[in-house]
Amino acid sequence: MSVLPDKKGHFGEFGGKYVPETLMPELAELEKAYGEAKRDKSFNDELKYYLKQYVGRPSPLYYARGLTEYCGGARVYLKREDLNHTGAHKINNTMGQVMLAMRMGKKRVIAETGAGQHGVATATSAAMFGLECVIFMGEEDIKRQELNVFRMKLLGARVEPVSSGSRTLKDAMNEAIRDWVTNVRTTFYVLGSVGGPHPYPMIVRDFQKIIGEETKTQIIEQEGRLPDYILACVGGGSNSIGIFYPFLDDKGVKLIGIEAAGHGLDTRFHAATLTKGSKGVLHGAYSYILQDEDGQILEAHSVSAGLDYPGVGPEHSYLKESKRVEYTSITDREALDALQALCRTEGIIPALESSHAIAYGLKLIPQLARDKIVVINLSGRGDKDVQTVAGILEVE
Amino acid sequence: MIAEKEKAVPNRISEKFGMLKERGEKALITFITAGDPDLDKTKELVLVLEKAGADLIELGVPYSDPLADGPVIQEASQRALKSGANLKKIMQTVADLRKQTDIPIILMTYYNPLLRYGLGQVSDDAAAAGVDGFIVPDLPMEESGDFSSRLAGKGIYLIPLVAPTSGQKRIKKIAAKAAGFVYCVSLTGVTGVRQGIPENLKEFMSIVRESTRAPLAVGFGVSTPEQVAAISAYCDGVIVGSALVKAIAEKGGSPKLMDFIYKMVQKLKQPLKTSKSKLRAPLGGSGDGIQVSR
Repeated sequence: MSVLPDKKGHFGEFGGKYVPETLMPELAELEKAYGEAKRDKSFNDELKYYLKQYVGRPSPLYYARGLTEYCGGARVYLKREDLNHTGAHKINNTMGQVMLAMRMGKKRVIAETGAGQHGVATATSAAMFGLECVIFMGEEDIKRQELNVFRMKLLGARVEPVSSGSRTLKDAMNEAIRDWVTNVRTTFYVLGSVGGPHPYPMIVRDFQKIIGEETKTQIIEQEGRLPDYILACVGGGSNSIGIFYPFLDDKGVKLIGIEAAGHGLDTRFHAATLTKGSKGVLHGAYSYILQDEDGQILEAHSVSAGLDYPGVGPEHSYLKESKRVEYTSITDREALDALQALCRTEGIIPALESSHAIAYGLKLIPQLARDKIVVINLSGRGDKDVQTVAGILEVE
Repeated sequence: MIAEKEKAVPNRISEKFGMLKERGEKALITFITAGDPDLDKTKELVLVLEKAGADLIELGVPYSDPLADGPVIQEASQRALKSGANLKKIMQTVADLRKQTDIPIILMTYYNPLLRYGLGQVSDDAAAAGVDGFIVPDLPMEESGDFSSRLAGKGIYLIPLVAPTSGQKRIKKIAAKAAGFVYCVSLTGVTGVRQGIPENLKEFMSIVRESTRAPLAVGFGVSTPEQVAAISAYCDGVIVGSALVKAIAEKGGSPKLMDFIYKMVQKLKQPLKTSKSKLRAPLGGSGDGIQVSR
């Protein structure tokens, strides 16, 4: 297993801690607290208990017969993170981080959210452990994810609309960091993806790697061998790192991350950071980002709010450069078609984010021999997107 | 005593602090966002700031995602970006200003525009333009080695920041390497206008003072002459930003802007002029701590 990041939080040249001085001691505290928790049996037992009894893990690895027949190639399995409590993989991480917050004596948690899935998961974990919770969300995302906004409020969280910049995930993250700088002594920042300053990319990966660990056990139970391909969508990159990480040393398993190509890679309207971006610093980490020639951050675009982000976790940048993971992209249109295809072939409404991985599967699987095995990480369910999808399909 | 690294080459910043010390004065450091409303106005503003009594100038390089800044400077950044300002043009503006003034000029910029420009190229161009220092709020000590040594090679200072959360151990490490002055962030938070004086400032500043012989400047949340007077008891310089930027935003188009800024800065400088003012400071700081260090 890889031993990255190094002591300073670098994955090769990527990662690090590019944040205001005010936060540096807190990051050191967090790293220390996490290191202790990781070695503490009672912490791990408690987390395991909640993941089983509350989140509903392990999530099934489901043989998708309908989709397999539809594609007419390799056998397809879906890792059903959509069946977790709150409907996405995000809660694997928020349970762990909120437990860390408790351990560090913090009474207030904050989080950024794009699609609202991480916000809902944070609000859920905070409600269960009785912590005050504030969620920062871009006004644009509030509009397209109304249902999740209401869910967060029901769960007792305050949703703070963010009106700066592009009013999406990147701006919500700026605002969350500003709140954190201000209230650092009392507040724990529950970061939702594998981005941000060290130790977050490591912590989030560690809490999400359960996806890949379960997948490994389950595929061996069902097929007696490892899969040939694993597909997962990449926004910030937490569900994909979660399923890829335990397979990094299994060289026979091809790992493919799928970014959002929005209106197309040759337009300005995409979120394909690894495919089209360049190296720089955003939100505390050195990684691939979307930027202009002056180093100003560009606005990303995707029909899926969860992928609509001009950065990506530093470990993904490392995995791209080391060529262990292949990164490709899928347009809004292709994702919408894939969403409908999965609905009809399997009776599952996938999140628009996960639909990007499905869409790539629809291209790849028919080209593969029938004895090949493909696992797609179905990172979330699509209930939250129904309104968006209806809006688009009705217009057409 | 803290072991100091080999002395930084003197430049306009260290010379200015030396001169102020001789006169028994403290520095007024004024921040404005370069390119707000446009770079011609920035030039004019810098000269007015100097004439009104500012001792050092901080020019903010606009950035799309200024996560250490409050709404006032965020909005100024947006206006500056719309006006077409970027690092290259701002350095050109400094070069133009150098024909008219020798006031120390420090660029405050986030790290990504520097990375994109190229750290080596920035150092070369900044030196050629007559930039004296950089403040990079998202570049902590752990990541700053490369840029810091490139700048040092050109006689430019990377001004370090310390925060109330830093703790003595980090403050010592950071301040020991300081060139120019140490930027003491007065509170946990982002830039912006605030009332009163932060709690525990005295205690925080005495820790910093013990850790270094470099001059200390306090910034974040300072906007009125009363605050300047109170804070001056603990430091060698005070940084005022958002209050000026706000005035520029409100009076941007008006012919009275320059006059307004002139008067504002004059009043801000007043309490810093004689070292006696510190004795009347509302919080009654310890008189000894304020000597500009040697």
